[in-house]
Order: sequence, then C-alpha cells, then structure tokens
Amino acid sequence: MKAAVDLRVRLGAVELANPVMTASGTFGYGAEFAGLVKLSCLGAIVTKGISLAPKAGNPPPRVVETPAGMLNAIGLENVGIERFLQEKLPFLRQCGTKVVVNILGDSEEEYAELAARLAGAEGVDALEINISCPNVRHGGMAFGADPQMAAGVVRAVKRQASQPVIVKLSPNVTDIALMARAAEDAGADALSLINTLVGMAIDIRTRRPKLANRTGGLSGPAIKPVALRMVWQAAAAVQIPVIGIGGIATAEDAIEFLLAGASAVQVGTANFYNPQATAQIVDGIAAYLEEQGENSVQNIIGGLRDA
Amino acid sequence: MSEFQKNCTVRRVETLGCNLIRLTLEAPEIAGAVQPGQFVMVACGTNRDPLLRRPLSVHWADAEGTIQLLVRVVGRGTAALAQTRAGESLSLIGPLGRGFSLEASRPCLVGGGIGAAPLLLLAQRLAEQGLKPLVLLGAATAAEAHILQQAFQALGCSLALATDDGSLGHRGFVTELLSAQAAQADKLYACGPQPMMAAVARFGADRGIACEVSLETAMACGLGACLGCAIPDPGQPGAYRHVCKNGPVFLAGEVLWT
Repeated sequence: MKAAVDLRVRLGAVELANPVMTASGTFGYGAEFAGLVKLSCLGAIVTKGISLAPKAGNPPPRVVETPAGMLNAIGLENVGIERFLQEKLPFLRQCGTKVVVNILGDSEEEYAELAARLAGAEGVDALEINISCPNVRHGGMAFGADPQMAAGVVRAVKRQASQPVIVKLSPNVTDIALMARAAEDAGADALSLINTLVGMAIDIRTRRPKLANRTGGLSGPAIKPVALRMVWQAAAAVQIPVIGIGGIATAEDAIEFLLAGASAVQVGTANFYNPQATAQIVDGIAAYLEEQGENSVQNIIGGLRDA
Repeated sequence: MSEFQKNCTVRRVETLGCNLIRLTLEAPEIAGAVQPGQFVMVACGTNRDPLLRRPLSVHWADAEGTIQLLVRVVGRGTAALAQTRAGESLSLIGPLGRGFSLEASRPCLVGGGIGAAPLLLLAQRLAEQGLKPLVLLGAATAAEAHILQQAFQALGCSLALATDDGSLGHRGFVTELLSAQAAQADKLYACGPQPMMAAVARFGADRGIACEVSLETAMACGLGACLGCAIPDPGQPGAYRHVCKNGPVFLAGEVLWT
C-alpha cells in the first residue's frame, strides 16, 4: 500500500486506517479468513451477530444462488456472548485491525445486556446494533421497521456501551431517511446500511420454496443500486457518519458509496467468492485517489456532483 | 490447516460422456497439501457469473503438482466449467474441509455416480499404504462405469460394479453388492446419493464396522463463514454442524439419516 494518500476515516470516536470493513455474517469471527487475506490491511472487522445465548440457526436449505446474488436464511447462528468473549475475541484482539461487534437480541433488555457485557472489553472498538435481520421471527427486523422501537433499542444500548454505537438499518422500510434520523436522534454514533432485502425463490419442480425458511435476505451485486440510493438518502438526512453496505465487490463499487456520502463501506457477499476482496478494494481506493490527484479519502466522501 | 487462493492453469479438459468432464489443473500448493475427501471452491464462468464458487472434491493429485476434478455438468456453474479450454486459468481455493481418515487395514469403498470422485484419491493413498481396497462402484450405465473402472484397477483395487440398466456388472443398486466380502472390511467409506450412503451406514452399524461418508450441500464460501451448509446434528437435537468445516467427511454416526 502506498503511503502517499491518507485513507484514514473516523466513525465517531474511532479512527479506521482505511474505510474498508467487513460486513457482519460474511467474515465469521475473522479467523476463518486469516489464511487467505491479510487481516491487518482491513479498516475493521465486523463480527458475526452475537446474541446473549448461542443460537443454532434455521434448518437447511439456508442459501440459494440468484442472478448476481444470493438469498440466505441462516437465522443468526452464533456462539453467544460467553463463548465469543472466551474463544473468539482473543484472536480478533491481535489481528492488527479495529473490531466491531455486531449484537442482536429479542428485546431492548437483551440488547442493553449485551452492550453491558461488552462495555470496556479490551479489543472491542465499536458496537453495531443489528435491528435489521429479516430471517428471525422476533427482534431483528421488527425493531428496524419501526422508528420508535429502533430509537428505544439505540437508547438502551447507548446507556450501557462504552464504545461508539453503529446502528445497522434495514432496507425493508418505506422511508429510510425517517429511520436514519430516528437512530441519530436516539444517540447513534454512526449508521450502517443496507442489510439484506427480503426475497424468495421457488423450485418449480417440487413447487416448494428453495429456502426452508421460505423467505431470505438478498445480497450481492444485484442489490448495489438499491443500496447506493438508500445510502445517498440516509447520508443526506443525518449529520453522523454513514457506512455503505450492499453488493460492494470492487474498489469502483466502494468509491461510488463514498461519493454518495458514506464515510466507510462494508464488504459482504464478495468475501464468500473472493476472500481477498477487502484488501483489493483498499488498494484500489488508494490507486483511484492518486490517479485523481487527491491526497485524502476525506476529499471524496459525499463528493457526488449534480447530474 | 493451510489453504490457498490460486489462479490455476487448466492443462486439460476431457469430455467423458455421461455429462462428465475431467479437469486437469496445475495447482502445486493444493496438490501438495490435499488429503483425500477434501474439496476446492472453484470460480466458474466469466465476470463472476454465476456468482458463487462451486465446491468440488479433489479427484486426483500427483507429485508433479497437478490435480484433477471429476465434474458432473448439472447446472450453470458446471456448464461454464465444461466450456473451459486448456491454457485458461481457474481460481481455486483449497484444500478445504475434513477429509477421510486413512486408518484402515481392510478398506471397502462404495461410490455411487459422481460420488466416486473423491474415492479415487482415497484409493490411491490407501494403495500407497500397501492396501488393496475393495471398491464397489455404482453407475447408471456401462459407459459411465468404464470412466472410473480402469483408474481403480490401475491402483490394484478389487472392483465390483453395479449399473442401473444392467449393462455392466450387477443390475441394480451398488449397495446390493455389500455382501460377505464387504462384511470382512474394517472400514467403510461411502460417497454418493443420500439413500446409498444411508444403506452403507446401516450395513456398517449392523456389523460394527466403522463408516465414513462424504456429504454434499449448497454452500456460499466453503470457509465456515456463511454457515449456509448446515446439517442436523444427531447428538444435539436442534443444533447443526457444517459440511464445509466439520465435513465434508463425517463418521456415519455424526449424520442424521432420514
């Protein structure tokens, strides 16, 4: 990586070495990718969503490929906060990058307790509140579709958290600006969006849904235009930093999100088919800035010009 | 465990009939590290279309650093692989997952259709230990059986064949070949359709013979991150194991047979 351009970005009180993060649920707990990509190159690792108790997840089939994308209904399978702290966090601490822990619960109290457990935890640089998972009956998206409920969760977490709090928003809403402002007003330090879009696929031979959960979350390049539009709208609606997510697979994709107003990006599904995607995107952003004669990534954030 | 993401030059693409192709690739790191039963994630097509890699078990690996993949063309991804030409390159990640254990003195290998693919590398490693595996192969037709017959025979395996249409060997299921000779085995290895593996697992359980099976599921990453390749854990009702990391090779007792 060239030192000539400054890639540092800020998310509230946290400074990232560069704006490229991993998206929750696509990078495990970091160790899964350690042999394939240099983790210290990343701006931050966002963990798989963690709940108080371990979750087994949904019955299979859980994933299905779709044109330029995939549907998943994993069901938030995770090891739970206890095992996360014992078994996963020690590895993450020594990766040489920032660590964001994604948390999820069924009630305000559960979110608050998770934040309390993680408060002051060494090596946890920020929390990301998942109020947008489409694949579970309770919690998850229920909080993300209602501005009042979302605000309640954010306030409950903020009361306990010692780290900056990122709120991950669902695209499955009518007015993303409304949700963005509700999270900001409740004290969020940053927003991340979008989570997956609710989708479906049917096997016409068996006439059954291809996912056991019937519906799932659509991700991958197919959703990028929708994500970009929503990030642009959310960034215009709030003062806090916005993290762009949705179909980002290349540096060009990431730069589009930065121009639309995102202060950082998360790479998700691309990790599955190209484990080196994040590191390649970091290099690609640096090369673009140099080519454009920019000395800092800050210069292009929100730099979208009029049509 | 060490895994690699590499662009591998395709040395040969053979169209074998019966919708089967055999890819020979220059993949020295993977060839050197692979254990029988492990798999690679292969990027298919151009411009990431189809999007996801396909999990394919390693069929053969040699000391010259080449590996072979035996692939049945069943959908868009494998159809794209069949269009690959010698000299082009394919992106592979691997070797991945838990392979077969080589602890056996009288091994019996049971393969059904494309499920026989990982068994050839297994037979080769067992033969290297001075063993002469008993191999039961099931295929749709004689033409399909011929594709693997010679490779197993060249390793000194003793081979019994079953075909659906009776055009070669026993007419019927390969599991109907599980008889006195197979009952002498101290280890069963199976890969093929679920009902076939279930029958082999039952045969082993009834006789107290250890049995390993290689499973196949849809998966997005092969690395333990997407958690898409879940299968029920019979030891813990409501819990799941993952084919990519806990498998693809499982002890028969680790699988919920339905």
